[in-house]
Amino acid sequence: MAGAFKVENLLSIVTLLPAMAALILLMFLRGEDAAAQSNAKWTAMIATSATFLVSLIILVQFDPAETGFQMVEESNWLMGLKYRMGVDGISVLFVMLTTFMMPLVIAASWNVTNRVKEYMIAFLILETLMLGVFMALDLVLFYLFFEAGLIPMFLIIGIWGGANRIYASFKFFLYTFLGSVLMLVAMVAMYAEAGTTCIGACSDGIALISHGFAFDTLHVLGIPVVGGMQTLMFVAFFASFAVKMPMWPVHTWLPDAHVQAPTAGSVVLAAILLKMGGYGFLRFSLPMFPIGASVMTDFVLWLSAIAIVYTSLVALVQEDMKKLIAYSSVAHMGYVTMGIFAANQQGIDGAIFQMISHGFISGALFLCVGVVYDRIHSRKIADYGGLVNRMPAYALIFMLFTMANVGLPGTSGFVGEFLTLVGIFQVNTWVAVVATFGVILSASYALWLYRRVMMGQLIKESLKMITDMDRREKAIFAPLVVMTLLLGVYPALVLDLIGPSVEALVTQYETAIAAAHGSGTLAASQ
Amino acid sequence: MIQTDLIIILPEIIISVCAMLALVVSVYSGKDALASRLVLLTSALFVVMALWIGNSGGESQSAFGGMFQDDAYARFCKVVILLSAAAVLVMGRDYMLRTGLLRFEYPLLIAFSVVGMMVMVSAGDLMALYMGLELQSLALYVVAALRRDSVKSTEAGLKYFVLGALSSGLLLYGASLTYGYAGTTGFNGIIESTSGGQASMGLLFGLVFVIAGLAFKVSVVPFHMWTPDVYEGAPTPITAFFATAPKMAAMGLFARVLYDAFGGVIGDWQQILALLSVLSMFLGAVAAIGQSDIKRLMAYSSIAHMGYALIGLAAGTAQGVQAMLVYMAVYVTMNLGTFAFILSMEKDGRPVTKIASLNLYANRAPTKAIAMLVLLFSLAGVPPFLGFFAKFGVWSAAIDAGMIWLVFASAIASAIGAYYYLRIVYLMYFGEEVDEALNGGGSPVLWGVLMAAAAIMVFGIVNLFGINGSAASAAAALVN
Repeated sequence: MAGAFKVENLLSIVTLLPAMAALILLMFLRGEDAAAQSNAKWTAMIATSATFLVSLIILVQFDPAETGFQMVEESNWLMGLKYRMGVDGISVLFVMLTTFMMPLVIAASWNVTNRVKEYMIAFLILETLMLGVFMALDLVLFYLFFEAGLIPMFLIIGIWGGANRIYASFKFFLYTFLGSVLMLVAMVAMYAEAGTTCIGACSDGIALISHGFAFDTLHVLGIPVVGGMQTLMFVAFFASFAVKMPMWPVHTWLPDAHVQAPTAGSVVLAAILLKMGGYGFLRFSLPMFPIGASVMTDFVLWLSAIAIVYTSLVALVQEDMKKLIAYSSVAHMGYVTMGIFAANQQGIDGAIFQMISHGFISGALFLCVGVVYDRIHSRKIADYGGLVNRMPAYALIFMLFTMANVGLPGTSGFVGEFLTLVGIFQVNTWVAVVATFGVILSASYALWLYRRVMMGQLIKESLKMITDMDRREKAIFAPLVVMTLLLGVYPALVLDLIGPSVEALVTQYETAIAAAHGSGTLAASQ
Repeated sequence: MIQTDLIIILPEIIISVCAMLALVVSVYSGKDALASRLVLLTSALFVVMALWIGNSGGESQSAFGGMFQDDAYARFCKVVILLSAAAVLVMGRDYMLRTGLLRFEYPLLIAFSVVGMMVMVSAGDLMALYMGLELQSLALYVVAALRRDSVKSTEAGLKYFVLGALSSGLLLYGASLTYGYAGTTGFNGIIESTSGGQASMGLLFGLVFVIAGLAFKVSVVPFHMWTPDVYEGAPTPITAFFATAPKMAAMGLFARVLYDAFGGVIGDWQQILALLSVLSMFLGAVAAIGQSDIKRLMAYSSIAHMGYALIGLAAGTAQGVQAMLVYMAVYVTMNLGTFAFILSMEKDGRPVTKIASLNLYANRAPTKAIAMLVLLFSLAGVPPFLGFFAKFGVWSAAIDAGMIWLVFASAIASAIGAYYYLRIVYLMYFGEEVDEALNGGGSPVLWGVLMAAAAIMVFGIVNLFGINGSAASAAAALVN
């Protein structure tokens, strides 16, 4: 596919486009009147759409058959570090997901009236940082993007959030910051041991992704650590990614952040930011610390299984729509971690698929809540009921995404869940059995939510005058509906793209484990 | 001979002579009318000297039989000291003028203390060290109490003086022990006496006392008690000065003594520094949480930051010294910006330092609020700002030196410390409307310094403006 048509520095262009627009807004837009607000919105809209269009070129240039990093850019940076960007089959999807979602997010924020300029700047900067996370091929560069994303999100929740926004924004920031600094310590240690911060496709020396870190059993405070340095580093990275994901029991920041964030903030959080954790596991934990990962696999799998069942049960009793969807997100992320740590082709394929599909579905569900919240200004389930009578189009769309969330065949939700369950079944039957209960539970909380909000008689006075979705809202949902159904009936669209990269990852992982067992270091201590 | 010696210390001589000339002129003309112009002249002199020293390359040389060292390391420290002192003088002029504190002694005392600092970082002998340190300290004691009719300022000056005298006593005692057991006060003599990698017990006692005395000057736990009170009590421009140039000088002297005099017994002082560093980081992070005065908060913040900088020293390698120098340069820049902001905080023309007055500041001055936001996140060490790279540098050095536990502890401390910087961001952006809210204020100079500092934090990440390279050669000159 690649060949005749080539754009230089494409990845940097895509990454920096939104930031440039933010800079323009910051420098040139003055005032808070209607005209200025409209200018800010349109600038953001054009910038994010342009980013999406340019990012399509990445997809065109991308060669799925090749497993390594492509479109690599490299130049010198400070302190002996390098600026390196590149994409492989795994990251290119997340890049596309990000650029695809952002115009919708901006469109969903059309009704913001408070500090519109700053709002748009925050989202544009956030887009740059998120894209950077998925493209960075240098540890420090990755950390920079990963961590800097906290700042705009902190402000988005804090400034444009709900009543309890201060608590939520602090909790969000401090939770993720603590997780990340531990990861940074491990990164510095990796730098010291391997002598490079290059993740892959390095022009000089060794890539971390294929550097075998030591795994001789170490003693920390007298306690033997099987897998040694690899396990310790795995745990440090895990601290960061598990919080970001979020996994039970460090998920508690997510419902708070979701509930307090403005609709667009929730969408970005659910659709993209959470995926950074899963992406991190795939980019760092599995390829760089295979032994550490294999030592910790059972632990992670059971955490995922608990997350699926426990948070589904918690979702059942929620009275706040956003909170319910937030808990359902945690449960769905449980499938993702489960699939990743099944560490076989189906499991990882399924996990990536689930992340992409969850990006569309949960984003859409938060948008659905936003639609009625804009009208009634309540997220309480009890304040609704019988909406189907006055909002038929809304009922249809809500139905579709509820079903997709449940994992109905024909929607993208099904493929991801199914593949992860197939993957995990080959590895750990008991975890698979427990996780399957989650499927039933998700059907119960999602359908029950739908029944309480949409069905029945419209008896509440406040709802009598509610209007159906307008054209702008329908336009926002249209692409999401298309993607959810398209991926549901034709999953090869995603699977063909990620297949070779995932296969390479699995092979590398299994080879490393086999070699470690062969050498006897690991076998002896286990 | 004496000629070459004098040429080597020419910058110090020029500043001293200028200051004394200005003193004579001011005393005879009798009025403070010259003060305003003197401030600008002094700061212009500092900038010229900084440019001169910065461009004067060349190999290391020493004067007065090794008492005074002129090497890349000293030059790096001096440039940072001179530039920050110049910036503080310019920033504070307006404030001092309005509060009636702008006496002609002020710029002159600052000039003398700067000469002291320059001697400190160039010291090659315990006597030179002590002379530099005392010249600096005596001038600072006076400026801390510059506001004579304020109880707090007088208290600050007195406290600083009494505790400073105590620390000088400790240092002097350590110096005499060192002299007693090494038989010389020259650094190259002391390091020879430990050439076997083994120091006598008396020398070690000397080392510990010297470290205690210096730890007081950089204000690390447990020698930090004076910092919050002095920061709060002193007039704000003086506080800004305390937070920048003397910190750089004391840190520079610290490294100078440890490597030039005690470089043979690195293992003996490494652990002490690591402990001081951990204590400072944690106390700085925890104690700042409850503060309601932004100057006190910055005092605890500086205690924590000195802890991070000490990580670089504790590593005991050239890489560590390099990281420490970069850290200090970034720290000084961040603090200049932050204090430019604090100086511009006022309500109805009166200076305010209450943190609560920053409520919803972003609504009234969005540009300044964004700049302050950048500085605060940089102080907290959140990427992508320069403060993160400063931290990354010291952490890399420490891990290379095998001190992973120290890095781990500082990671926890930095997560705790992020809270109080965030709290200011929270007040500025999503606090609530209060009565004592600030209304505007601040001269264009302050605005400029604030914006410049914030811009450095953002655009510095491209190549750190090349100071990494000069820090590397500076570190190489010190550690060999």
